[in-house]
Amino acid sequence: MTIAAEKQSDADGQYQPAAEPRRKRVGIPKEVFPNECRVAATPDNVKTLQKLGFDVLIEAGAGTAANFLDSAYEAVGCEIVSSAEALWSSADIVLKVRPPAMHPELNRHEVDLMPEGGTLISFIYPAQNKELLDHLAQRRATVLAMDAVPRISRAQKLDALSSMANIAGYRAVIEAANHFGRFFTGQITAAGKVPPAKVLVIGAGVAGLAAIGTARGLGAIVRAFDTRPVVKEQVQSLGAEFLELHFEEDGTGQGGYAKVMSKEFIEAEMALFAAQAKDVDIIITTALIPGKRAPVLITREMVESMKEGSVIVDMAAEQGGNCEVTQPGQVSRHHGVTIIGFTDLPSRMASQSSQLYGRNLCHLLDDMGGGEDYKVDVEDEVVRGALVLHNGEITYPPPKPATPPPAPTPAPAPATIAPEPKANINWGMISIVAAGLALVGIGSVAPESFLSHFTVFVLACFVGWQVIWNVSPALHTPLMSVTNAISGIIIIGGMLQISGAPTSATTILGAIAILIGTINIAGGFLVTQRMLKMFQK
Amino acid sequence: MNNNLLMVAYIAASALFILSLGGLSNQETARRGNMFGITGMLIAFVATAIAGVHLNAYPLLGAVILPGAIIGAIVASRVAMTSMPELVAILHSFVGLAAVLVGFANFLSPESSLTGIEATIHQIEIYIGIFIGAVTFTGSIIAFGKLRGVIASKPLMLPARHFLNLGMLFAVLWLGYEFMGGSLLTGLQAVLGMTAIACVLGVHLVMAIGGADMPVVISMLNSYSGWAAAAAGFMLSNDLLIITGALVGSSGAILSYIMCRAMNRSFISVILGGFGAGTGKASQGSQPAGEVTPIQVEGAAELLENARSVVIVPGYGMAVAQAQYPISEITKRLRDRGVTVRFGIHPVAGRMPGHMNVLLAEANVPYDIVLEMDEINHDFPETDLVLVVGANDTINSSALEDPNSPIAGMPVMEVWKANTVIVMKRSMASGYAGVDNPVFYKENTRMLFGDARKNVDAILGHLSVQELAASR
Repeated sequence: MTIAAEKQSDADGQYQPAAEPRRKRVGIPKEVFPNECRVAATPDNVKTLQKLGFDVLIEAGAGTAANFLDSAYEAVGCEIVSSAEALWSSADIVLKVRPPAMHPELNRHEVDLMPEGGTLISFIYPAQNKELLDHLAQRRATVLAMDAVPRISRAQKLDALSSMANIAGYRAVIEAANHFGRFFTGQITAAGKVPPAKVLVIGAGVAGLAAIGTARGLGAIVRAFDTRPVVKEQVQSLGAEFLELHFEEDGTGQGGYAKVMSKEFIEAEMALFAAQAKDVDIIITTALIPGKRAPVLITREMVESMKEGSVIVDMAAEQGGNCEVTQPGQVSRHHGVTIIGFTDLPSRMASQSSQLYGRNLCHLLDDMGGGEDYKVDVEDEVVRGALVLHNGEITYPPPKPATPPPAPTPAPAPATIAPEPKANINWGMISIVAAGLALVGIGSVAPESFLSHFTVFVLACFVGWQVIWNVSPALHTPLMSVTNAISGIIIIGGMLQISGAPTSATTILGAIAILIGTINIAGGFLVTQRMLKMFQK
Repeated sequence: MNNNLLMVAYIAASALFILSLGGLSNQETARRGNMFGITGMLIAFVATAIAGVHLNAYPLLGAVILPGAIIGAIVASRVAMTSMPELVAILHSFVGLAAVLVGFANFLSPESSLTGIEATIHQIEIYIGIFIGAVTFTGSIIAFGKLRGVIASKPLMLPARHFLNLGMLFAVLWLGYEFMGGSLLTGLQAVLGMTAIACVLGVHLVMAIGGADMPVVISMLNSYSGWAAAAAGFMLSNDLLIITGALVGSSGAILSYIMCRAMNRSFISVILGGFGAGTGKASQGSQPAGEVTPIQVEGAAELLENARSVVIVPGYGMAVAQAQYPISEITKRLRDRGVTVRFGIHPVAGRMPGHMNVLLAEANVPYDIVLEMDEINHDFPETDLVLVVGANDTINSSALEDPNSPIAGMPVMEVWKANTVIVMKRSMASGYAGVDNPVFYKENTRMLFGDARKNVDAILGHLSVQELAASR
């Protein structure tokens, strides 16, 4: 243990050389954000953390809102700390859900409770929270943002955004059902027939798919729309209908999000929504574009066109809302339509979301080496992506390719590659010089008339070169037959020579040349036409 | 029509030709591109007929143009899409022959007002024009013969063939020297001798190249026919011919380059021919181990039915067996059932650039599901089933896995990364490159032996029966 601790402090030097051999301490404070019920670790997660080699401290009452009592934490061997100050100051690594904020009872900012050089893992939203980042930097903190974990397959098990979105999608349907005065499933009872509810889900990301699955599970007819055609299969696999615009545009953007679409596309999309609004009972919108205000997809008119008693759940309420009349954080009514703009859907299922979020955190800490070999490895793509502050230095946004490591490994690579480009350049130089010399040679002997033709020739070669590169490989055969037909232009050569005496050799040869050249032209163009007619979508 | 108007017409025609080639860059604009080409050709023809041809010659012009156009039209409307490569090859030979004839006509034409250096350049132009034309002419005829199967597609390996080629080139240079200095008669003898040698050279060059390298040969001959036209343009001081020739020449050159890159070989090594002759023995050592797993038609149909995503990789075998129609029908059936079906085309699949695309288009396969190798290669790991129809070397994993393989480094379709691969093949014989294919021995590969057409038809039959049963 001692050896491990020392080795580790050598490796990154960010912790005070351990005075006494002790396990790393992970602290879980109570969330201070109003109405936030989640906690960063459940008793279950605590057990995992302990197995990874961490000691776990928890602030008294941290899990109460998520139905995890202090006694449950005590039962798994967790140390209960009575005050937030004590917890923050004695933990090596603090795990949180929400970004640090002003502590309402102590009237101090949580960041100020942190010891100099401490480590924090939580949601940060570094792009939106520049000030918080600077504040944390002043404390020389090391911060990993769970929302900045790169969305690659290896990092899926610690993708907290997805696990929260999954819960939010489920809860959105439950909230909708709560405010919807009818069954979701169609029924035929002795008292009459009940039609099934129709649900439209806009945006088939993680949240959208969870919502589709839940609504299907309740028996509703579900339709879904997304600008990314690739999700069609996923939507269909959940038993929903995928609405399509007959429009050629792919909205796939980076990191599993969609990108901004063209004006025409948006118009077609809005027309689709307007038509659907009149038909469906429930609309759930999840459309987010990273770093931008959420797009308005459901206008006031569409809301007014919906049936009385319909429900809209706007899961993008926090980013301004996909619906024009959404009031973020509230349930409102407009023309008999209930619009749910809750921004805390995961927190409304606190015990489930705490459990999943805690599991994500455990996976991250496991990836970082567990309690004994814990270290912030900037060469690890996942850690590097999540790392927004390293010992007080702002490292967000991460560089596109992982940080160029100072390690000696890549050094030999350039050395071996180096001679090659050199040789290439020499080769290029030689051919340029040769071409130059040839041009000088031609220029010094050739007459003007030849040079003007030569100019045309060289330019035409370049034009051909440029044009042909754009030809799609599927059309190479038509290209060949067209060029073939065009090269039948040689008949011009024949035509210029048949004006002499009809029996002279020149005329006869010219005439034959025209004959076969013409076969070429007619055959080439016609066969191309025939081929191109076959190419169809 | 005066000379300026002729020039303007030529400019218009050149511009239309460039637009025509540009139009071929994608399927939507391709037909318009072809129309541009036709228009350009008409303008050029009419302008030349008015300005460059004497009135007396019109009957003669009509007498050759009309039959030519009719023959061309008949050929174009009759040819089967599988024999496109042959058609293109024979048309190339026509251009070559026409270039030779134009060269001779020009050489024999009585009026020659040129003197001094201009005369010399003119003679060089004629000489080069005839040379290129003759090589193109006989080379294309041999290529046609090979594609037809009239001539064996095996490379012909004469001893010391490189020296033979070199010797012929030197002879051509020496005759050129004679041609420059001599009178009309000695000049004629020299140029006739050169033409004969060039014809032999053309034959020999193409004879040495094997069947699977035909895409390169065809595009190379395409390029030559362009240069021949350009040379004719120089000798007649006609800019339109020069421009068109240069366009065609560079287009063929690029196509050859693309084909060579797709085989990871240099242009020179393809042209020098004789692929796989020396290296064939070396590859024997790394014979892939394991057993092939054969499969019957029923099993293959079942696999197809249960797949969610299918990629079909056609090769020359599909063209030979004419299997593109049932393949297209299977594709349609599967797509109707919601299966994702796509085609992956290796750049050198078939016997000419883009050959497979034309065949699939003929059989009404929508072109947006026909993808290039680079577009589809990274999708194989997520593909349930790959159906290989008559392709061998283009799916050979030893190109990537065995550095000693003669085709090492050639980009191939990485079909073996899919869940299951069905390979339709006549027998276990190795492909053109003479390299055994380890893909056949992989665990996830099933071999469906027999004639591709019959097998594909049988699979289609099974699918139809299933459908009937399902609809009841």
